[in-house]
Amino acid sequence: MVTEKQIWAYLEDVFDPEVPVLTVVDLGVVRSVELSDESCKITITPTYSGCPAMKRIEDDIIEKMEEKGVTNTEVDLVLAPAWTTDWITEEGKNKLREYGIAPPQDEPDKSVLFADPIVVPCPRCKSKNTRLISQFGSTACKAHYQCNECLEPYDYFKCLR
Amino acid sequence: MNSLVEYLLRLGDDSLIIGHRLSEWCGHGPILEEDIAMTNLSLDFIGQATELFKYAGVVEGKGRTEDDIAFLRFDKDYKNALLVEQPNGDFGMTMMRQFILDAYRLPLFKRLVNSGDAQLAAIAAKSLKETKYHYKHSSEWVIRLGDGTEESHQRIQESLDTLWRYAAELLYNDEVDAELIANGTIPSMDGLEEEWKQNVDAVLQEATLSIPTNNWKHEGGRKGMHSEHLGYILTELQYMQRSYPGLEW
Repeated sequence: MVTEKQIWAYLEDVFDPEVPVLTVVDLGVVRSVELSDESCKITITPTYSGCPAMKRIEDDIIEKMEEKGVTNTEVDLVLAPAWTTDWITEEGKNKLREYGIAPPQDEPDKSVLFADPIVVPCPRCKSKNTRLISQFGSTACKAHYQCNECLEPYDYFKCLR
Repeated sequence: MNSLVEYLLRLGDDSLIIGHRLSEWCGHGPILEEDIAMTNLSLDFIGQATELFKYAGVVEGKGRTEDDIAFLRFDKDYKNALLVEQPNGDFGMTMMRQFILDAYRLPLFKRLVNSGDAQLAAIAAKSLKETKYHYKHSSEWVIRLGDGTEESHQRIQESLDTLWRYAAELLYNDEVDAELIANGTIPSMDGLEEEWKQNVDAVLQEATLSIPTNNWKHEGGRKGMHSEHLGYILTELQYMQRSYPGLEW
């Protein structure tokens, strides 16, 4: 009989299709696992409203569970509480950095205009002398930065709260 | 029609139509970063529309899906504000339209987060986080262009002059809102207008732009009375589903 702990371990093997270095657990999109005699219910939440990866994540989870012999898996999508980058695990943040994506920094409220720009250290050379190129990057969850020291252009996984 | 369904359609149609307008910039942005920015914004709005329509379909209880609602209604069934269907114009025009809308959606979602209706509150909480980004982005561009060169200042002032007549409609409310506030589905909207106006004034002042003194206002979108532009949008938006009903890919 499979346990909830095992299900969580299986989920550690399901990767985010857009940031493949992160598992869905690292990303914090898996909110709960409920096992009963008849079924396995896994609840996930989207990062952004329009995140095109959610359907794929749902399919990948079901596929992984079938591969592990867990039948009757049901994936439920909930909106509340709304996902925040605070749910990305420490391990996830380290993986991001190693992959060349700067992890979310502690940022002030986004709607505050004229605030001092935040410092996003370069994931390659660790310099803090970097600049924002665009608040929007290759996916909804990322912004685009460049390092002024080593000139590395890189993605920043922007803080969402 | 059920007031909650009507309210969800108004909010959802604003999201869908502005999302469609922004998507028209795909491949045409003035610089690559803004091309990407506008498609990202578009994705957020279409995502919000999807959730709002999905929920409207559930509340309505007639089995309509989010796709049915997005693609298979007639022009008068769309309840978006006239502002969001206005043509993109130049980049400054698009940013000004976006700014007027974002400055309103920010205080709106702040309130809707406290909706008595749990699903609407959840959609609002998700949307609020995204709207903060949108607002910052459009505000910065309005300031950069307004307080920029002589030409950028003149052009974005013209955009403001053109679009301001559609701004007041965002605050339109009628018996639909009154009923939902009275029965606790949505919270009171006290202070919304003031907060929106403060957001607008602070940025326009920084941008050295002035609100036109001509107070002429256009409205009608919330009742399904649109400018001619919506018809063209729907022609493109609905083409595939009208030509090949039920098409999936």
